[in-house]
Amino acid sequence: MRKCYFDHVATNPLHPDVLDAMMPYFKEEFGNPLSIYELGINARNAIENARTSVASLINAKPSTIVFTASGAEANNFAIRGIALAKQNQGKHVIVSKVEHHSVLNSARFLEKNGFAVTYLPVDRYGLVDLDVVKDSITKETILISITHASSEIGSIEPIKEIAAIAKEKNIILHSDAVATTGNIPVDVTELGVDLLSMAAHQFYGPKGAGALYVREGLRIVPLIYGGIQEGGRRAGTENVPAIVGMGKAAELAKNEMGKRMEHCRRLRDRIIESVLKIPNVYLTGHPADDLNKRLPHHASFVVEFIEGEAMLLMLSMRGIYAASGSACSSKALKSSPVLLSLGISSALAQGSIVFSLGMGNTDEDVDYFINEFPQIINKLREMSPFAKGWDEAGEGEKCYTG
Amino acid sequence: MKFVHDVKADVTADIVYMMCPMHLLKLDEMIKGLEKGQVLEILTDYDGALEDIPQWCKRTGNEFIGMDEDEDYYKFYVRKTVQ
Repeated sequence: MRKCYFDHVATNPLHPDVLDAMMPYFKEEFGNPLSIYELGINARNAIENARTSVASLINAKPSTIVFTASGAEANNFAIRGIALAKQNQGKHVIVSKVEHHSVLNSARFLEKNGFAVTYLPVDRYGLVDLDVVKDSITKETILISITHASSEIGSIEPIKEIAAIAKEKNIILHSDAVATTGNIPVDVTELGVDLLSMAAHQFYGPKGAGALYVREGLRIVPLIYGGIQEGGRRAGTENVPAIVGMGKAAELAKNEMGKRMEHCRRLRDRIIESVLKIPNVYLTGHPADDLNKRLPHHASFVVEFIEGEAMLLMLSMRGIYAASGSACSSKALKSSPVLLSLGISSALAQGSIVFSLGMGNTDEDVDYFINEFPQIINKLREMSPFAKGWDEAGEGEKCYTG
Repeated sequence: MKFVHDVKADVTADIVYMMCPMHLLKLDEMIKGLEKGQVLEILTDYDGALEDIPQWCKRTGNEFIGMDEDEDYYKFYVRKTVQ
């Protein structure tokens, strides 16, 4: 049976060149980067080279990159670290409703510890409204954290415009760019962010490697205390192979970005076109026609009358691997808060399904998918008690109305 | 401890919230880049620096000018007197 991995927002396979770059640091170059003899120096140099590559991917200086163990850690570090560093100036933080759990739960932690948090609503495409951002700012506001793109709906937020607002009000701006870094151009200078989170396994690097960009001169309270790794900002003996892998993956992503985006976008557009031919299926997130507003490898839908989990199960039995919303809400069988925030009803949100493409996918994969998916939907609708008589009323409008 | 105010520094190292012993490593690193007679300002919230920085000056022969306090961190001033 054909295997189609359409879940690249969950994780990516490791690029073979990345594994090759990592191997020596598992084997002979095992030194601790803080050691002063040759083994240590080699490890230290490898980390600094990786730092340069990661910085170059986002157009930053190497000294602004702090390696972490994940994108989630980078988000926790940014939000908690800035809130604690700035709490004398105010105790109000703004995030959006389409953030990843690592941002939302960090915000909840702050709420429990005396901070006020505003959760910004989004429009039906999942985009925050600049006027609402402006209106939410108080004289207590110290931090705004908005995702660069949500991996659930693929919409790309107007970070540059939000940065202009934040700068004018002297508020720190963090962006969770885990879904975008390495997949679309991310330039911290152009975006105007103060902090930016990324994760290596989202661009063919290893799991267990992430990074936080911290603008030069910005003070941040550490999340993990200990030694002087990462310039005294993140303790713990460095995961040298993972960091080296992240560096190599960043280098490859920078060189191949255009090619990768075009490859994925073309296949993604074929998926969207075919899926939207099925009655009562709606695209979630921003329409794909504007390249700057939707991740090029991302297609997400809600399918009426059936459950995402059932689709996933039947797809996986046919060798097609996809996701239903974020990994966390998918496991907990909860309606995705992100979809609810778009105005999608709780019942419809149950039918969520996300396809995300990568370099390993081919036209043949998409052909196979296009053939299988409508059959699965029909089969499930035949079984669904909610689908009785749905097709008698005629085809629904190709857009949920909230 | 000698308290000073309004010292004019040539270079500032802001290591507020950075972990110990960054204050000593930064001191070593930054002082190397200064000309003899220039003043280095170190901003840190680390209490251990209260002892460490004057001691470092004694050990290396550079001049400890004194310290100042801001809202939630210390400012230390060191003049490079040894080439």
